Amino acid sequence: MSLFSRFMDGWRKYRKPGYYDEFDYHWTMTIDLDKCTGCEACVTACQAENNIPVVGEDEMAKGREMQWIRIERYWEGEYPNAKLSFIPMMCQHCDAAPCETVCPVGATYHNQDGLNAQIYNRCIGTRACAVYCPYEVRYFNYYDHEWDSPLEQQLNPDVTVRGKGVMEKCTFCIQRIRQAKDVAKDDDRRRVQDGEMQPACVQTCPTKALVFGDRKEHESQVYKSMNDPRNYRVLDELNTDSSVFYLKKVDA
Amino acid sequence: MTTETFKLGYNDIHDDVVRSIVKTGPKYYIALATAGGVTLLCFFFPWSYQLYYGIGAAGMNHPGVWGTYLASFIFWIGLSHSGTLLSCVLHLTNSSWRKAMYRSAEAMTLFSLVVAATYVMVHVGRPWFIHWAVPYPNQMELWPNFRSPLLFDVMAIATYITGSTIFIYMGSIPDFAAVRDRTSGWRNTMYTLLSLGWRGTDKEWHRLHWAYTFLAVLIIPLAVSVHSIVSWDFAMSIVPSLHQTIFAPYFVVGAIYSGTAGIVTVMFVLRKTMGFEQYITKLHFDNLGKLLLVLSLIWTYINGVELFTAWYSGTSEEYEALGYKLFGYYAWLYWEMILFCAVAPMLMFSTRFRTSFVPMLILSIAINIGMYTERFLIVATSLSRQYLPDAWGTYVPSPVEISIMVGSFALFTTLFLIFVKIFPSVSMYEVKETMATPKMEPAAPAAGSPA
Repeated sequence: MSLFSRFMDGWRKYRKPGYYDEFDYHWTMTIDLDKCTGCEACVTACQAENNIPVVGEDEMAKGREMQWIRIERYWEGEYPNAKLSFIPMMCQHCDAAPCETVCPVGATYHNQDGLNAQIYNRCIGTRACAVYCPYEVRYFNYYDHEWDSPLEQQLNPDVTVRGKGVMEKCTFCIQRIRQAKDVAKDDDRRRVQDGEMQPACVQTCPTKALVFGDRKEHESQVYKSMNDPRNYRVLDELNTDSSVFYLKKVDA
Repeated sequence: MTTETFKLGYNDIHDDVVRSIVKTGPKYYIALATAGGVTLLCFFFPWSYQLYYGIGAAGMNHPGVWGTYLASFIFWIGLSHSGTLLSCVLHLTNSSWRKAMYRSAEAMTLFSLVVAATYVMVHVGRPWFIHWAVPYPNQMELWPNFRSPLLFDVMAIATYITGSTIFIYMGSIPDFAAVRDRTSGWRNTMYTLLSLGWRGTDKEWHRLHWAYTFLAVLIIPLAVSVHSIVSWDFAMSIVPSLHQTIFAPYFVVGAIYSGTAGIVTVMFVLRKTMGFEQYITKLHFDNLGKLLLVLSLIWTYINGVELFTAWYSGTSEEYEALGYKLFGYYAWLYWEMILFCAVAPMLMFSTRFRTSFVPMLILSIAINIGMYTERFLIVATSLSRQYLPDAWGTYVPSPVEISIMVGSFALFTTLFLIFVKIFPSVSMYEVKETMATPKMEPAAPAAGSPA
């Protein structure tokens, strides 16, 4: 095949309208802030599931924490009348992600599931994606992390252990999504059912504040919850078109 | 420049310049050894440590993922700007005062770019894969991301390095030939190769001038585009206080500003150390001073515009970033920058100041300190105050970063010291063009003299 016809083939394939916003699945998460207690169980579950290193006190003090999901705390008012509010923050899997355009090597891209995927072994560590991300949810490996024995034996075999100089972030537990899709494919080529798979944080949440699912499935729990009148998206004015919806806490 | 400036003949120029290449005193060796040693100790040693340990050796942290490495990168790219750009503009506008200084200015361009490119390697987390950012055909059909301003950057800088190298080399060919005819041994062999068989015929001169002007025209838009593209690394983000359309002209003006100040510094040093007092004169400092003054005014204006845009946006995140820049953690650096780059250059309104060498040297160094601060602030203050207050933080450079910064100046000096022994650091044939043609010279040198 000539170079030109190869190019034209690619052009027709990838330039068809909707390629960039019509996904096979459209994974979405909703976080009900009314139900969230800020217990940080999701943070711990994520740490265990995704082989996220524990950086230690010194690195934490330098501001090099590694938490793919974090609980942001905001204080309002002065001491006697202080009010605390909090919000879980993780990669919002924006459909118009600023981080994807800036990576010079395309190590972060949008996949066919509407996920913002990160390819660790393609990353060269320019850290530009972390600058471009308005949610500040990208974490950089400042050095090779170590797990004290016997902790290295509890590493998840389905997830890469990232080396120094690589950017990482929440993947919506892509290893679980892949597995669920594989099972569905083997099982008579059906689609992944609602509730068939959950990321670690959703699975762990004791109050079921986190809901995860496919937005294209209109019967799914997440579709109902994202259409709740309390819904909003963080920094929506930046037009990032994020896939994480928050349900506002209603003050009594 | 009037011909009376030089009380010299053609042969004096040859002797002076060839002497600067061939005769090497102990002072030169001491300088080269010091610069080389500092480069090894302060640049390559900490860098190897960082390669082994990870970027954690530097002070970068969670909001401040970019640090002095990127600031230094912009600084060196900026410093590179005035050399070739200034030389081109002055060539096209027929400014004869350029002729004594442009060779060293162009060398400055080249070596600043080399240092800047090295800084890219220092900056990224996995420099051993840096070639992935270059589009090269490979069997996996993996290409870089052509939407990325960082990729534009790689291409712009690669083009600029290539263009500047050809420009400085082509302009040096007649001088290589002149040196070739006056040296022996390995130097003669080297210059024979470098001069590409230059004989000094009319045809060769004609072609050289044509090609030189052509390249000069080509390089001016290139130089402007390079720094615009560097600015897009920042301006195309949505970080408050970086997301501004003024950034491209801001960076270009800043680049020419710091580059011109850098030329003043280098010319002062060359004049003192290489014995070029008769070639680099008060006139050059006067003219460069006027240029610096104009650039300083434009730079100040753009800074004002930047503040105004932030205020006029009326958004809380821009207000926060603005307040942080003016009164926050890094505020003292901001006011230092204003003092060095906007207030102090006002001294150059006085002709007496412009024509005195030492004050101009001090001012030029102060301007470059201020401009380095500017680049640091662009990175540090903006990243410290972004959208989510929970992710606010401060970034402080680590000793490794500071050492590499010091080492980069030593690297630049080392390269420059090697350059002055290989290239004729004053353009002989162009200086000769400004002189009266000798009338009674018996058998003027065939090669290297102007047609």
